[in-house]
Amino acid sequence: MRRARCLAFGALLALAACGVVWNDPYPADEAGKNILYTAFIDRPKHLDPVQSYAEDEGRFIQQIYEPPLQYHYLKLPYELVPLTATQLPKPIELEGGRFTRYEIRIRPGIRYQPHPAFVEANRHLAPRVIARLKTPYALPLGTRELTAEDYIYQIKRLAHPRLHSPIFGLMAQYILGLDGFAGTLQRADARPDAWLDLRPFPLEGVELVDRYRFRVTLKGRYPQFVYWLAMPFFAPVPWEAEQFYQQPGMAARNFTLDWWPVGTGPFMLAENNPNARMVLVRNPHFRGEPYPSEGSRADRAAGLLADAGRTMPFLDRVVFSREKESIPYWNKFLQGYYDSSAIPSDTFDRAVRIAVGGEVGLTPEMRDRDIRLSTSVDISIIYLGFNWLDATVGGASNRARKLRQAISIAVDWEEYISIFLNGRGRVAHDPLAPGIFGQRSGRAGINPVTHVWKNGRAERRPIAQARRLLAEAGYPDGRDRETGQPLVLVLDTVGRGPGDKPRFDWFRRQFAKLAIQLEIRDTDWNRFQEKIRKGSQQLYILGWNADYPDPENFLFLLNGQQSRAGKQGENSSNYVNAEYDALFDRMKNMPNSSERQEIIDRMVDIVRRDAPWLWGFHPVTYELSQSWLLNDKPNNMARNNLKYLRVNVERRTGLRREWNQPVLWPLVAIFALLAAAVLPAMAIYRRRERMAARSA
Amino acid sequence: MLAYIVRRALYAIPILIGINLVTFALFFLVNTPDDMARMQLGVKRETPEAIEKWKAQRGYDRPLLWNAAAPGVKKLTETIFFAKSVRLFALDFGRAEDNRDIAREISTRMWPSLALALPVFLVGLAVNVTFALGMAFFRGSALDLWGVIVCVTLMSISTLFYIIGGQYLIAKLWRLVPISGYAGGLDAVRFLILPVIIGVVGGLGAGARLYRTLFLEEMGKDYVRTARAKGLAERVVMFRHVLKNAMIPILTGVVVVIPSLFLGSLITESFFGIPGLGSYTIDAIQAQDFAVVRVMVFIGSVLYILGLMLTDISYTLVDPRVRFD
Repeated sequence: MRRARCLAFGALLALAACGVVWNDPYPADEAGKNILYTAFIDRPKHLDPVQSYAEDEGRFIQQIYEPPLQYHYLKLPYELVPLTATQLPKPIELEGGRFTRYEIRIRPGIRYQPHPAFVEANRHLAPRVIARLKTPYALPLGTRELTAEDYIYQIKRLAHPRLHSPIFGLMAQYILGLDGFAGTLQRADARPDAWLDLRPFPLEGVELVDRYRFRVTLKGRYPQFVYWLAMPFFAPVPWEAEQFYQQPGMAARNFTLDWWPVGTGPFMLAENNPNARMVLVRNPHFRGEPYPSEGSRADRAAGLLADAGRTMPFLDRVVFSREKESIPYWNKFLQGYYDSSAIPSDTFDRAVRIAVGGEVGLTPEMRDRDIRLSTSVDISIIYLGFNWLDATVGGASNRARKLRQAISIAVDWEEYISIFLNGRGRVAHDPLAPGIFGQRSGRAGINPVTHVWKNGRAERRPIAQARRLLAEAGYPDGRDRETGQPLVLVLDTVGRGPGDKPRFDWFRRQFAKLAIQLEIRDTDWNRFQEKIRKGSQQLYILGWNADYPDPENFLFLLNGQQSRAGKQGENSSNYVNAEYDALFDRMKNMPNSSERQEIIDRMVDIVRRDAPWLWGFHPVTYELSQSWLLNDKPNNMARNNLKYLRVNVERRTGLRREWNQPVLWPLVAIFALLAAAVLPAMAIYRRRERMAARSA
Repeated sequence: MLAYIVRRALYAIPILIGINLVTFALFFLVNTPDDMARMQLGVKRETPEAIEKWKAQRGYDRPLLWNAAAPGVKKLTETIFFAKSVRLFALDFGRAEDNRDIAREISTRMWPSLALALPVFLVGLAVNVTFALGMAFFRGSALDLWGVIVCVTLMSISTLFYIIGGQYLIAKLWRLVPISGYAGGLDAVRFLILPVIIGVVGGLGAGARLYRTLFLEEMGKDYVRTARAKGLAERVVMFRHVLKNAMIPILTGVVVVIPSLFLGSLITESFFGIPGLGSYTIDAIQAQDFAVVRVMVFIGSVLYILGLMLTDISYTLVDPRVRFD
């Protein structure tokens, strides 16, 4: 027995000496293969392109589905380029601008991924066959060419009575006949379990020209429509897929289009286990797409143009493992088992050093591993809003405006970013995110209400100016001049737990600079949303993530027509300014031009003066990449980025082995400790067994 | 025994209805069907029409508990509570709010949960009993004293610390096992070693202290003195007599948890990326997925009742004096 134990331990030591890694979380047959390893935190809710709207779902489906357009991977500002379309569609105005038509021509020869839906017999399966299926891919697979009809089918699906497309309401305002089409489908949907074939139902605003061309007619002008053509809502869905998944018994096995996408993109979903692991594999029918050959000088210096013109995708597989907790995710990245990672807040200092001058760099530990850091400003904004309907802080009166302006100066977002975000944010001076047309930088981009330009940088105005404004508003020293009562404001926010206390205390301190008492109502998301919908909040914190890189997508958040309380729109402050609204109506339909810039400048001036928001900040994403991951560039709009990535597999294999040699002495120490505890016990036991009986 | 089991099964029905009602009330006290719809539809661009459509499709457009507008018995039956709860008793779990089949999810996820919980339970029981027997055997000695100190120390440390510390030490610093993840079949073993060790060590303090007390209580009884007086070896006294008679209170605590092993561990599964029922429940709570929460609470209740029945039955097996009458 003892000999066997010694042999087993010796075998372990021998294995370790051979350089065998014990902690590799991936199957042995994946070793040395051209696979990208990454993680996902939340399980996706929808993989159906007509329903999916979340970023973490886009990570999967945008590799599979191909809308007509996409964003250029390297260029900034963001630029639309054709994907399956042959060129960017140009708007054609009809009846003097009453309607706008877009004609989209797609490339011939694009083929769908292998899928059982394309085999006629698979669309009429016996229930017992379906009951035995472990994956749809166990059936015979087929394919067919992508046609313009598939795009039309998907546009019709926006109005499908059994699906919930988040953009149906918006698109029904623009696509001719879509609103009525939903009613037609609703009436035709007599058997909820049967397949509802949308092909026989005509949709007025969508027209098939020929096999590779279709037209979309919009009511009025809507130049932002082309951005939607780069989103999965407008990706093609083959009718065969709907028919296949609608067979009785499929849904009971979780085989639905919402979980098993069918696309033409570079990858297809081969393993779908949202609880643990999702695997994309290269679509064998993908036509191939050249890596972009245009980029900035910095892109070239970073080696991002080294693969210019080479056919994508470069990866054979992409493995997404579910990591619900940040600590194991981070540690596995450090062991080389993930090819890239975000930086958790609690390990930020271990990864990143910020110099006195503000320069961001990696710690020596990261540099030793040749890990790369990339940063990008998100196309989003986090802001603190005032409710325009509130009697104290809302409205266009001079008193309320000066109060809002005073608070705008007092709340020091630079400090907030430094304390709570480890510097991962950029102070906002208006609603527009950096990189968006219309947003100005430098001296021209500062908010004169809150900042001054000094020594080549924006500097927050002194608190004395805020106090003066507060006094002019009728609240000298934070008390109402007429009643003598202290000014108490209420901030509604969604708490994440006890860890929020420092953040809340910080907000209280900012208001206390003006002797304003801030009461924070920490609530759950549902109650918070309810207050916003009813317009019963006073101050609130919210954010916005852009759908597309156009100023309209930010400036509409303050448009009176979008008031949340009155019209269930996205203007949660319920801000109304007739001049701003009129300018918005002009600006939204204009192409980017100096005239549009001028209007945007005027709009921004208005809202800076009115201050319906404290402009808050634009989050900055820090991402770390392993040295073997190539062509990785953050792009907040192009979510179909996996096709551009390349992995140096040999380097990864070598470094993983080097970083993960098992440490065996603790095992020896533990056995020694156990022995040290057991041996005395044995001795005592033997002594007791040999002892004579004790006298009573 | 059969009559007893039938009687207990019938008692269980009102208990389960009550649990369902409480779960329902608690859930809808903090979430309205509109909140659920918004959660599922996303926070951007949701419209009142989309919310109404979502509710209608899933049967959340009815009153919660009492439909005043409906005639006769439909006042009760045409409600969300009735529609969602009655099917549970026929073990028809329906679909989650993300449209996945709940029964299928449970049947897939219970195996990883079991793969973790069963070794933790069995190894933990064996280690706890052995450690407790050792302390009882060496009672009053330095070994006993240090054993108790170790137990109290282990009891005082939070589970989360064991998990994070274990991952850091064993998986990150020593690189002996993967930090997290899961695989099917035999490959699961290397992912389970660390969580099982942590589960066993985490439960050792409380378990061993309790069992030590039970053993010491038994060792003070007359039959033990008689056994020793007969000249039996201490080993025989401990294993053949003390252990056997201490089994009744041990069974009380042990058998009742056996059925619940299927439900998995909420925290451990999350940290180790084990796709079991524990993480399924956590996900459902976070996603306000009432369909899943309701089913998991129902199954948990059924399994607990089953555990209590098994405990009663096991009493009769280990103690012939206990009868079902």
